[in-house]
Amino acid sequence: MDGIAPLIASTLSAGTILALAALGLLINERAGILNLGAEGMMLMAALAGYATCVHTGSDTLAFIAGAAAGAASAACFGALVIWFNTNQYATGLALSLFGAGFSAFAGIKYTQEKLPERPRFSIPVLSDIPFVGEAFFKQHPVVYLAILFTLALSWFLGRSRGGLVLRAIGESPESAHALGYPVRRLRFTAVCIGGALVGMSGAYLSTVYTPLWVEGMVAGKGWIALALTTFATWRPARVLLGAYLFGGVTMLQFHLQGQGVNIASQWLSMLPYLATIVVLVLISRDINVIRINMPASLGKPFHPTS
Amino acid sequence: MFRLEVRPQPSATMAWLSPILALAVTLVVGASLFAMLGKAPLSALAVFFIEPIKNGYAWSELAVKATPLLLIALGLSVCFRSNVWNIGAEGQFILGAIGGGWVAMQATEESSKFILIPILLAGIVAGAAWAGIVAFLRDRFNANEILVSLMLVYVADLLLQYLVYGPWKDPAGYNFPQTITFAATTKLPKLFRGFRTDIGLLIALSTAAALWVFLFRTYAGFQLQVGGLAPAAARYAGFSSRRALWTALAISGGLAGLAGALEAAGPLGQLTPYVPAGYGFAAIIVAFVGRLHPIGAVFASILMSMFYIGGELAQSRLGLPKSLTGVFQGLLLFTLLACDTLINYRLVWHTSVKPNAQPEATLAKPSVKSPGSA
Amino acid sequence: MYPRLALQGITKRYPGVVANDSVDLEVAPGEIHAVLGENGAGKSTLMKIIYGAVHPDAGTLSWNGKTLSVRSPQQARALGIAMVFQHFSLFDTLSAAENVWLGLPEAFTLAKVTERMRQVGADYGLPVDPLRPVHTLSVGERQRVEIVRALLSEPQLLILDEPTSVLTPQAVQKLFVSLRKLAADGCSILYISHKLDEIRALCSKCTVLRGGRMTGTVDPRNETNASLSRLMIGAEPAKLSHNKSEPGAVALEVRSLELPKRDQFGVRLTGLDLSVKTGEIVGIAGVSGNGQPELMAALSGEDERSPAGSIHLFGRDVSRASPRRRRDAGLHFVPEERLGRGAVPTLSLSQNTLLTRTTASLGLWGWLRLGVLHTLAEKLIKNFRVKAKGPEAAAKSLSGGNLQKFIVGRELDAKPKLLIVSQPTWGVDVGAAAEIRAELLRLRDEGSGLLVVSEELDELFEISDRILVMARGRLSPSVPTAEATIEQIGEWMSGLWPSGPSSPSNPPATTVSETHVPT
Repeated sequence: MDGIAPLIASTLSAGTILALAALGLLINERAGILNLGAEGMMLMAALAGYATCVHTGSDTLAFIAGAAAGAASAACFGALVIWFNTNQYATGLALSLFGAGFSAFAGIKYTQEKLPERPRFSIPVLSDIPFVGEAFFKQHPVVYLAILFTLALSWFLGRSRGGLVLRAIGESPESAHALGYPVRRLRFTAVCIGGALVGMSGAYLSTVYTPLWVEGMVAGKGWIALALTTFATWRPARVLLGAYLFGGVTMLQFHLQGQGVNIASQWLSMLPYLATIVVLVLISRDINVIRINMPASLGKPFHPTS
Repeated sequence: MFRLEVRPQPSATMAWLSPILALAVTLVVGASLFAMLGKAPLSALAVFFIEPIKNGYAWSELAVKATPLLLIALGLSVCFRSNVWNIGAEGQFILGAIGGGWVAMQATEESSKFILIPILLAGIVAGAAWAGIVAFLRDRFNANEILVSLMLVYVADLLLQYLVYGPWKDPAGYNFPQTITFAATTKLPKLFRGFRTDIGLLIALSTAAALWVFLFRTYAGFQLQVGGLAPAAARYAGFSSRRALWTALAISGGLAGLAGALEAAGPLGQLTPYVPAGYGFAAIIVAFVGRLHPIGAVFASILMSMFYIGGELAQSRLGLPKSLTGVFQGLLLFTLLACDTLINYRLVWHTSVKPNAQPEATLAKPSVKSPGSA
Repeated sequence: MYPRLALQGITKRYPGVVANDSVDLEVAPGEIHAVLGENGAGKSTLMKIIYGAVHPDAGTLSWNGKTLSVRSPQQARALGIAMVFQHFSLFDTLSAAENVWLGLPEAFTLAKVTERMRQVGADYGLPVDPLRPVHTLSVGERQRVEIVRALLSEPQLLILDEPTSVLTPQAVQKLFVSLRKLAADGCSILYISHKLDEIRALCSKCTVLRGGRMTGTVDPRNETNASLSRLMIGAEPAKLSHNKSEPGAVALEVRSLELPKRDQFGVRLTGLDLSVKTGEIVGIAGVSGNGQPELMAALSGEDERSPAGSIHLFGRDVSRASPRRRRDAGLHFVPEERLGRGAVPTLSLSQNTLLTRTTASLGLWGWLRLGVLHTLAEKLIKNFRVKAKGPEAAAKSLSGGNLQKFIVGRELDAKPKLLIVSQPTWGVDVGAAAEIRAELLRLRDEGSGLLVVSEELDELFEISDRILVMARGRLSPSVPTAEATIEQIGEWMSGLWPSGPSSPSNPPATTVSETHVPT
């Protein structure tokens, strides 16, 4: 029974990684851009964040560095895909492959470095409540930030004119262009902001969740985040819930291993990936669900004909 | 202001000039990278690009690396042309190694030389079956093949780990995670005495030729391509998108599996956790650099092997990290995609904002949206 | 009194073509002014110049007496120029009010826009429910949203590009009433069209364009169709030779075809009955979005879900057959989308023949006989007067009219016993359109049966022997063309045939899903 509170706490933490990344991807996809480079972006941002923390000892700077790395790589991707009209799938893949190679290369000297000690976080008063305090209120600020982002994004998409414009662009960039909106500039902005969020996710992974650097440490979370946006039918609140769900599956795997369950560890490690497949199948089964919710221009090239 | 203007007809010149241009840009960036790392750029580039082709031995090493890249890239070219985005070739490669490895483990000193055939067949079947899962989930449930095939890579890797740490661990192996070394009869015959090049190379080259014929001279290949270029036209013509999906994944899964079995029975000689060498991902780059064309894939695989071997040489001779290879490969794909724009667009210098002249054909009713899943 | 808009000597050149050659145009305040010309005459370029999307190479533009140049659509809107395009710029998943809101400057709130929409809609006879999502609206209703959006910006000049192609004849009259009221309130209207009857009924001035040049500025009320046609294409409209149709055996028989919607945005087909005999042309009229694409897909084989026994070709049940087997049985189809469906844009013309012509082109094991493809493409280019660089030219390098001639030719050359054509002359210039219609008539005379679906009533009246109307996924009974009138067909296009979907004995379904139609 007393393993539950730490389990919840670690679920929230693990889920935050996916949530931040998936929210960033959601912004991209609402604008109609499919960014398959999430994995590579998270790797580069994780390294950027880790390196910054090693050198400065500051969490905040690490997150800024991660967001910057995410935004910068997203900008390269965005420039190619939006202005050069390169194939979105191939360009995203290129970013992932490049990110994997580059982070492995640039991160060599950091594999042995350890992060300096940083304060443990907890919300005063609330964190002293038995059980609930440990489960919910001893998280890193970014965990709460992710929840705030979710709420803000929900409001933005549903109730603001800016959000309406974004949805319009994602549905029909041609029509938005005909109405005079600077579609390409707005899409690029969305890509960069989304990239910054993905970057923060990477930084969180390497500085808070598992404070170390190892090549390939993202281990597929970027791809899972992509699946998550689809699974959540492009709605921020569902993304957050889905992220926590996945975080739970990951934690379950460790929990079972810890309990000495008599299955080889590799099968348990497969759980998050198999869960992703199951979830994809469930949501894609009814083609109408996707057709109604998916931004209609997702993944397609946009040629403005003035 | 620079403007990109649509070309009425795609430029044939740029189609082959673009990869060369991309390579040139990559070299320039590479040279600056070397300079930043404190190595003389030109001699570092020489290690990367001249050393790997210096002599017969070097070429044979290139061939050893190029074979799996080529095989996988051939399959991916067919797949991508059909607009089926199989990103999980690495997983299919692993399954091929597992399948072929399993048959190889049954062999003993007395087995006939022809045990190679079931080994390779097992690799093909295992790889195709693994890709078949992707096909099934997309066919039946519309599940996005990119994500499913990718997840299956991680699953395949963990499966391999389980096998070599567990049931398949060599009892006489000092508790190292590895299988028994396969019997000598399973070794792939070498092509030339003294060199490591084996018949895998011949298999790869003949596959390239066969796929060229398939894609460009047969109706089946034509159907696959139309399905990828214009799905509504494929439906109009009556081409089965379901058949295209299964064919594309069977071919690419089978070829990736074959590459895996060849690696296991050839250079590796056993199964270890290090079987997955990233060929499945590098092959994606090979496929694109090769313009999704079987002949292009041959040249592109040689180029990518040079990156691999160059990276290894750079590590041993110049003390540079081997992961440079990954950087170069990723960079090449990026620059290629950028240069490829010039095939369909012209770079024009404009002094005022002018829209493009479009041939009337594009003013026809908007074409049917392709129902690709995201 | 200055003219609202005056263009002088407007010239615009593109590589290889002069789109506008020294065009003059003058629109008075409150005038309804037609711009007449066939496809490719330069009308859209001229409108784009007025609207600020394109800059002229020479000439002047003055607005209410002041010479200026319109640099962008935003500036045009600020000046008071509004345009309703032929292809709507609407967002299906958003409501009508949200769509209109997006098209207006930020000054208004959504609530204000909703209120103004109801007001303007009532004032000008263009009612539309602001809260309905656009994808539930019919095409005519969507056009109203577009017009209301334009009107909310309080324009002094409203440009309408081919507005009546999506309307029934009755709806056209209602639109004219709204436009006349607008003009009476002081708004000038530029009416782009190639429909001579409409221009003569609505407009008081007409500028005619041919090949980029002005061929005349007249008062259409004093002109005849013949004289306008002479200005537009330099000759009277070509008279098609009509032989008497001699219907023979039943080629196509559709019985009680029921087809559920493929997805949320489709139209359900209910109880369709249709027959086409050899030696006759049957036309299906109807405003876009009433199920025509669904019917075409069911007949061509692209949609294989038709219930068994509902479609017979020469007595054979082909309801579940693939397009290939239907072609083998003698059925060929020309779809309404040329690029992307009728032809693959990046492939050559010879490769594109392989989409539907496989008899002689394939060898053992599907080996491609490239020589045969090349020869076939050459033959088609020659016989159907297709202007193309050669058989190896990419399909997308052809103009719309020429590509259509190629695709129609490809199917005609197969000597089909039944040819189904959807929108045969959409976006095609008058000359090519006449050629295509003549070819269709020739095919009929040679003994084949044809089914033609078209949104152009004039076209159907010209070439078909019998006409049916499609509305809300249902088919009307057929009438011989000689006995049909435009008014009757127009009513039927709203579903008002006896026991049709909108007749008094059959009240329209109240659920949204029954009444919405896609773009």
